[in-house]
Amino acid sequence: MNNGVNGVALTVFLFFFLLVTVMGFLAARWRKAEQNASLDEWGLGGRSFGTWVTWFLLGGDLYTAYTFVAVPAAIYAVGAAGFFAVPYTILVYPVIFTFLPRLWSVSHRHGYVTTSDFVRGRFGSKGLSLAVAVTGILATMPYIALQLVGIQAVLDVLGIGGDNSGNWFMKDLPLLIAFAVLAAYTYSSGLRAPALIAFVKDALIYIVIAVAIIYIPIKLGGFDDIFAAAGKKFAEAGKGGLIPPAGGHWAYATLALGSALALFMYPHSVTATLSSNSRNVIRRNTTILPLYSLMLGLLALLGFMAIAAGIKVKNGQLAIPLLFEHMFPSWFTGLAFAAIAIGALVPAAIMSIAAANLFTRNIYKDFIRPNATPEQETKVSKLVSLLVKVGALAFVLTMDKTVAINFQLLGGIWILQTMPAMVGGLFTRWFHRWALLAGWAAGMIYGTLAAYGVASPTQKHFGGSSDKIPGIGQIGYIGLTAFVLNIAVVVVGTFVLKAVKAPEGIDETTASDYTADAGDPGVQAELPTVGAAGH
Amino acid sequence: MSNTPDAPEVSRPVVTPVRIVVALCLVAPFVAMLWVGSYTRTDPTFIGIPFFYWYQVSWVIIAAVFMAIAYKLWQYDERTRKSGGRS
Repeated sequence: MNNGVNGVALTVFLFFFLLVTVMGFLAARWRKAEQNASLDEWGLGGRSFGTWVTWFLLGGDLYTAYTFVAVPAAIYAVGAAGFFAVPYTILVYPVIFTFLPRLWSVSHRHGYVTTSDFVRGRFGSKGLSLAVAVTGILATMPYIALQLVGIQAVLDVLGIGGDNSGNWFMKDLPLLIAFAVLAAYTYSSGLRAPALIAFVKDALIYIVIAVAIIYIPIKLGGFDDIFAAAGKKFAEAGKGGLIPPAGGHWAYATLALGSALALFMYPHSVTATLSSNSRNVIRRNTTILPLYSLMLGLLALLGFMAIAAGIKVKNGQLAIPLLFEHMFPSWFTGLAFAAIAIGALVPAAIMSIAAANLFTRNIYKDFIRPNATPEQETKVSKLVSLLVKVGALAFVLTMDKTVAINFQLLGGIWILQTMPAMVGGLFTRWFHRWALLAGWAAGMIYGTLAAYGVASPTQKHFGGSSDKIPGIGQIGYIGLTAFVLNIAVVVVGTFVLKAVKAPEGIDETTASDYTADAGDPGVQAELPTVGAAGH
Repeated sequence: MSNTPDAPEVSRPVVTPVRIVVALCLVAPFVAMLWVGSYTRTDPTFIGIPFFYWYQVSWVIIAAVFMAIAYKLWQYDERTRKSGGRS
């Protein structure tokens, strides 16, 4: 597919890659606290980030390289149905506004680092906390793998590594180097590294989108021609279209809603939220985060432009990198590719930190070494962050890409099943812990089986994330159906367990914990000693 | 604890006019976006972009305005509650 290495593009690309590498290592010194042994320092950046850093961090976290490649790729393949990503990110903001400030407050009062910490403290149940932690780790791993797939796509089009090189070693070498660099600075700088690199990433992304959305339509003869070409292609292929078909409304709405609810159940979203320095930072961010959605909406349109530009690929993931290479001068292609690759490094770092925190706090400390010191916690977390990345790399190198995509699809369904325990727990203690566990299990099993049963033209199983909703008969997002089942089990289970007076577990939180702000008694502005508060 | 799930420290009504407006701001994007049938059209187009796309993208901006209003009102609500509770 490629006629050799593009020298100019590669040079620009390498320049930015080196720049963020240096920044990643220097980040360890940025806003460093004097006492840095606790997990809050490495794993939450000292809980010190203000509105703008949080904004960059959340943006870098949620709008990943995979998003940049996959959303336009979906539009390229099926048209309108892929645009659900836009309503999805719109619905995220009211959801954040409602529950995350409460999670921030209670986490600061009690020194919680992960959502599982909160679930254990609220419901006094290590089992439920373990279920939430394991779900989080399982859902995050394939997500990290997909970030590496994003880098691979870019390297492939650049002409280095991938299918262009002869032997397996040269083929994977560029990815291995990128990966080693990422692992090294995450290890040494913790959450500060992606926070600092996110500035570069977003600056590059905004420049690329702004240029692409003006420059490419002019070259292609305007949006009229672009949409006409796309409409013609969908009509000829007999698949997809410029607006969703009448039978596709439910799928569109449930995908948007289910994804919006699931997003802030992911450990990496919570990590970025808890690293902010005050409760208000979170709500204020819901008023400026929409800038990313705007960008995503424009970015999605690139999928149509790829069709109009005559890009023909089997692997949709390559459509956007190829469009850039096709339309832009070499130096700007290099810049655009650097933006995508750095866009993969930032979330991969945050995700591995989040997964490592979950393991350390809710598996290692709860089950293996209950009296681990903060120093030991940090050490374990750092090592696990490496392990998680090696695991993701092994995943990408040894297995077919579709495996990672299938797992990521499942991950979204799974992570939504932790919502009743987490969000329910933030507002009420009415739910019974065992009922929550039963509901989680029901949702996980139903979701997995239903997703397994979805066939597509290319795959027998895991062919998509939508299926017929039992009782309604419309096609809808499996994750949301499983979630409704989950809630039903939780409610019925709670009534039954309360009737038989099953032990409720000890709640270590109080009502005022959920509205506490920085400066209130018991809320340290920075560096609460992990494990000391509330245990 | 279990029977006072969302109790503020002060005994003020949980539902106030300000909070109702905040709730409406938060609910509006859900109504607009989940009612897919209201925007699955290609016309009118905007600089060649079908209605379906530009309508949803403009909701990004509308939602941002709603969130800003909700944020300001909620801050006001929390301030009045706190000063009422501490005095």
